[in-house]
Amino acid sequence: MKLTLRVWRQKGPGDKGAMVEYALDDISPDASFLEMLDVLNEKLIAEGEEPVAFDHDCREGICGMCSLVINGTPHGPERATTTCQLHMRKFRDGEVIDVEPWRAKAFPVVKDLVVDRSAFDRIITAGGYISAPTGTAPEAHSVPVPKPDADRAFEAAECIGCGACVAACPNGSAALFLGAKVTHLGLMPQGQPERWDRVVGMLETHDEEGFGGCTNTGECTVACPKGIPLDVIGRLNHDYLKATAGGRKK
Amino acid sequence: MTESFYRPGDPIADGKAPAGPIADRWTTRKFEAKLVNPANKRKKKIIIIGTGLAGGSAGATLGEAGYHVVQFCFQDSPRRAHSIAAQGGINAAKNYRNDGDSVHRLFYDTVKGGDFRARESNVHRLAEISTQIIDQCVAQGVPFAREYGGLLDNRSFGGTQVSRTFYARGQTGQQLLLGAYQALMRQVDAGNVELYPRHEMLDLIMEDGRARGVIVRDLITGEVKRHTADAVVLASGGYGNVYFLSTNAMGSNVTASWRAHRHGAYFANPCYTQIHPTCIPVSGDHQSKLTLMSESLRNDGRVWVPKKTGDTRRPYDIPEDERDYYLERIYPSFGNLVPRDIASRAAKNVCDEGRGVGPGGLGVYLDFADAIERLGRKTVEAKYGNLFEMYERITGENPYETPMRIYPAVHYTMGGLWVDYDLQSNVPGLFVIGEANFSDHGANRLGASALMQGLADGYFVLPNTIGDYIARNDLGPVGEDAVLEAETRVRDRIERLLSIDGDRSVDSFHRELGHIMWEYCGMERSEEGLRKALELIPALRAEFWTRVKVTGRGEELNQQLEKAGRVADFLELAELMVIDALHRTESCGGHFRAESQDEDGEAKRDDEHFAYVAAWEWAGEGAQPVLHKEALEFEYVKPSQRSYK
Repeated sequence: MKLTLRVWRQKGPGDKGAMVEYALDDISPDASFLEMLDVLNEKLIAEGEEPVAFDHDCREGICGMCSLVINGTPHGPERATTTCQLHMRKFRDGEVIDVEPWRAKAFPVVKDLVVDRSAFDRIITAGGYISAPTGTAPEAHSVPVPKPDADRAFEAAECIGCGACVAACPNGSAALFLGAKVTHLGLMPQGQPERWDRVVGMLETHDEEGFGGCTNTGECTVACPKGIPLDVIGRLNHDYLKATAGGRKK
Repeated sequence: MTESFYRPGDPIADGKAPAGPIADRWTTRKFEAKLVNPANKRKKKIIIIGTGLAGGSAGATLGEAGYHVVQFCFQDSPRRAHSIAAQGGINAAKNYRNDGDSVHRLFYDTVKGGDFRARESNVHRLAEISTQIIDQCVAQGVPFAREYGGLLDNRSFGGTQVSRTFYARGQTGQQLLLGAYQALMRQVDAGNVELYPRHEMLDLIMEDGRARGVIVRDLITGEVKRHTADAVVLASGGYGNVYFLSTNAMGSNVTASWRAHRHGAYFANPCYTQIHPTCIPVSGDHQSKLTLMSESLRNDGRVWVPKKTGDTRRPYDIPEDERDYYLERIYPSFGNLVPRDIASRAAKNVCDEGRGVGPGGLGVYLDFADAIERLGRKTVEAKYGNLFEMYERITGENPYETPMRIYPAVHYTMGGLWVDYDLQSNVPGLFVIGEANFSDHGANRLGASALMQGLADGYFVLPNTIGDYIARNDLGPVGEDAVLEAETRVRDRIERLLSIDGDRSVDSFHRELGHIMWEYCGMERSEEGLRKALELIPALRAEFWTRVKVTGRGEELNQQLEKAGRVADFLELAELMVIDALHRTESCGGHFRAESQDEDGEAKRDDEHFAYVAAWEWAGEGAQPVLHKEALEFEYVKPSQRSYK
């Protein structure tokens, strides 16, 4: 395949970025999008230019490290797919492809296509866990979990924390990410004692980190590579209201 | 004859495992351990490298215990450690199925599955702790698969005949890692863990023969930083990426372990590489990695190839009687569930006979037609849906309609830094946990046991044993000389890599090394091939240091520089792997020597000469490594020829 890439190049956080055009030929349709970028980088190195910096790790669609806004869509055109699992057979020969980093105030650009997503870790740190000190756990079968609850919790727990939801949201909101964690933990009996503190703590941190408010546009769930459903946001709102109403929490 | 590649050293004893009945040893050890006064714990600093199942769970537990933990990972978040990609499940001797499982059976299966090259004491402890791990993870909210009654579901997994594997659809590693990650972040919130993502360990700070800290590079700014501590824990994973193509994440590397090895830490059994039988075959030269399909697929999928060589018909055009379900034929009692080494080599053999399928003939079918007919498509979808989707995405083929194609690939490394029963290396103060150590898996790892080991080490073993070291060694501050020495080494090396300015990319060297390793030290090794590799690798290494081109500067995010440092270490490790493979003139587990097989082509182990751990000591650049042997004793599981027939 022959391709024209227009790639966002930016030296560092304080520098001005720009789209730079590169021509590629002889790309295998079986290559993944990231393998196509590997080929581009090999070519740039051979020509004495600096390769394009981008984030990636497992290349199996599960670590959540890869990003990229491809032709205006986070993780590219295929639904429910991470960039590393997107293959070039999904593009046309001769296509012009725009490649940009996640665009969100809370995810500052580090270099080229790499952004800083550490705000997600700080949201988890603010309550996205169940306090279970090591070695004190009761026998696993002592707390049954109804299968439908376990299955729904699992679906929410599938979130890989890639940040596509934020990149897709016109408000730069992380409500889907947050809703997924609140839903995962809030559906299990083990998650009940901290349920109300959790949602308040995580939402406060979310706002402090510069993520926008959710206005239910639903772009997040369309972009989500794991298909996290929009109703987790409903649950987030429900839990937040319940936690704050009646003076349970401030 | 092979002696010319190494020098013999003194034998080593497996220190610290207490004497007495095996079932009491861990209890005894915990009781014997000296305790650290709770008020003193926060003054004691522990560095942990890596945040996977082992590192994450260790950080969470040590932080909670009150130690001051300083933890690093090269990813942008601890949640991205490669443990996240483990699909199939985690074993535990809960006997929830009432099918005769027990701690002793899990212990027995693991020792046997490791081809009698693991330590009995360690493995027994692992089996004991396995039940506690499940309790711990359930308490953290890990959404394991459940039955309608609300109790936990189980399945059987490659190499075992009981259902002892706990799972969360095909994403068990992800869910267990998120549990550990969340527990770790809770400790970050509590101020007990200082966390540094996007930092890479580049050297060890040594003082008076002890590990006292690390030098790290901030991968964003390029700044070289120093951190000192009372003890250092490596939880930095395996080294399968020495093969370039593997199921490991792209960033997985050996640098932390290798830097420790160069300071005297023994590297044990480096040649034991586990080849996983169910990976998606290579599609072309662009390929950067291989994708594993969970081994749980072998529970319901049937493996076959055409009986005729060179049969290019489409799979559904080949009638039943012209198919060879070779695993069921050769191993009737285990069938498609034989252990990984057996399944991998059997696939290689049928492909070598010219009966392989797909492009290049390097593939075998994993067929779900029977399962779909028996269970219905919906049930198959519920069990394996996400794996089928992943397969379709990568290959463009629909596995509900046409059989999957699979081929073996490098997956997990059973070798690693040598540790004693306390998980301490021979360098005092340097502890090694999870895949980075060697201790529990012998020559071949059974399915669903890596997750078990990572969490056993991190949640339960290390937190007990490291306290003993800290209580017995009241160490003062680290001298400036020791720190400066390590820091200078790191700066010099970065400078050297950047100044070569050659004409070959880092990746081109890594790919070439990978080819050499797969060809000569892969699924099957021969003396001739290994000797050839011993000529090729040093030559490639010399070329690397004169021709590699590392673009950019040191004081910035520089992914080429990161890779260059890692590949340089792989180039040294590769040679040691080959030497280890060459000296071990037996076949066992994942190490299959062509010269050591029986008349049926099955692996022939040599217990008389090789029932030992090979622990290699670094002797300097260009010098022959020194081999220390740790004899293995089997009091409880009598070594027998493994037979799955």
